[in-house]
Amino acid sequence: MSEVFGIPLPALLGQLMLGLVNGCFYAMLSLGLAIIFGMLNIINFAHGALYMMGAVFTWIALAQFGIGYWWSLLLVPLVIALFGVMVERTMLRRLYKLDNLYGLLLTFGIALVTEGLFRHRYGVSGLPYSIPEAFSGTFNLGFMFLPKYRAWVIAASLLTCFTTWFVVERTQLGAYLRAATENPQLVQTFGINVPAMITITYAVGVGLAGLAGVLAAPATQISPLMGTNLIIVVFAVVVIGGMGSILGSIVTGLGLGLIEGLTKVFYSQASNSVVFLIMALVLLVRPAGLFGRER
Amino acid sequence: MSESTALEYLRVTDLHAFYGESHILHGIDFTVYRGELVTLLGRNGAGRTTTLKSILGLVGRRNGSIMVNGREVIQWPTHRIARLGVGYCPEERGIFSSLTTEENLTLPPRLTSEGMSLDEIYSMFPNLKERRRSQGTRLSGGEQQMLAMARILHTGARLLLLDEISEGLAPVIVQKLSEVILRLKDRGFTIVLVEQNFRFASTLADRMYVVERGRIAAEVRKDEINEKQQLLEELLGI
Repeated sequence: MSEVFGIPLPALLGQLMLGLVNGCFYAMLSLGLAIIFGMLNIINFAHGALYMMGAVFTWIALAQFGIGYWWSLLLVPLVIALFGVMVERTMLRRLYKLDNLYGLLLTFGIALVTEGLFRHRYGVSGLPYSIPEAFSGTFNLGFMFLPKYRAWVIAASLLTCFTTWFVVERTQLGAYLRAATENPQLVQTFGINVPAMITITYAVGVGLAGLAGVLAAPATQISPLMGTNLIIVVFAVVVIGGMGSILGSIVTGLGLGLIEGLTKVFYSQASNSVVFLIMALVLLVRPAGLFGRER
Repeated sequence: MSESTALEYLRVTDLHAFYGESHILHGIDFTVYRGELVTLLGRNGAGRTTTLKSILGLVGRRNGSIMVNGREVIQWPTHRIARLGVGYCPEERGIFSSLTTEENLTLPPRLTSEGMSLDEIYSMFPNLKERRRSQGTRLSGGEQQMLAMARILHTGARLLLLDEISEGLAPVIVQKLSEVILRLKDRGFTIVLVEQNFRFASTLADRMYVVERGRIAAEVRKDEINEKQQLLEELLGI
């Protein structure tokens, strides 16, 4: 059997594949954070909680309403986006004129409250969700076995990331968004309803977290704490990629997932800290992040 | 509707504006008729820019009355006022650094079907055509000013609010701007020009208002400039 640095090739590829799957979640979550930060100038600490809500709602939909995976894939992100609209309209909107620390505190509070409520109701032992039938089993790629569900997660999240990037960077709507990031008042004097655009941006950003939650439901333990565990790494990804950079968050998310996977193979003790080590190094060399622009 | 209100494009009555606790405008009154070019003159801090911004709802708080094309807009949000065909060119020009010249030009959506085409705009501002692929903020000051004006001509706005467009530009560029403004007047645009440069303003304006401490201190018609010279000199310190 072929080996790389004494590691059997299938084991290496397996870890890389797992890393890529994790990277997909990092990318989707940091992408949402990036568009929210770009437009609202708010660090959305509730992002992990919304991801968790996405996964728990997927479980609730099936367990209590008999709504299956495919419908959840469509409906749950919409529900989370609506929740986002409510939060933005009733609370976040009041904070735009204040220091962005207040936005961070508010969303942190929202995260604590929602996680507390879900923990109270569902405990922390984890809720089971089985892989949808269409994706049970594996592909035999010749050199390794690839579980079909993982292939689906990778495909779906790459498609989501690409679509979001395309809308922001290559369409007229995206041009309004980029211009409004620079000078919202002026864009409003062009006749564009900037407050509504801000609401929609927040809704789409958190909707992405909800979608990531649905994709995660069959792949991980659904638990009220799943967001907290992930969000810290995601924030490191955002810092490494550069606050507010769309492309940066996608590339960095995927890249760090892979690096984490590799570290698991070669020096597994460091696999939980490698991301933060990279963050420290990047901050030393490029304080604005790999893709960020200095302000 | 009576004849006089039909001709009125903008009527500002007893306009007060506030930034936080500070009371900036203390009851501004003025009227701009369709196709007219009116300048707001005055010293720095007199409240001219705030008046323009108040018309579009860009200040913290305002009250009084602002009628645009016969409609009361004092309670309206900025984007709805803009859609009545109001174009605003801010003092700082507001060119977007993340967009190219042409993207800056085509960013604002069309408000009416009367907007100038890109060809017309490029024939009016040939420099912009040459530099249409450059990053907007890489243009010279004069070119950025042209771009900021061209941008609102493209939207089809009929009422142009221009803030200090001659500021900081070389005399030859200012001369060129005058020509552009006169051409726009010929095309029937209604223009409110906030200016510091009295000579630039007086050659273009049909009427001038002098703003002083948040109020209109004087109104001077084009044919009165000579007889009211002394008053103007006193108010403007020229």
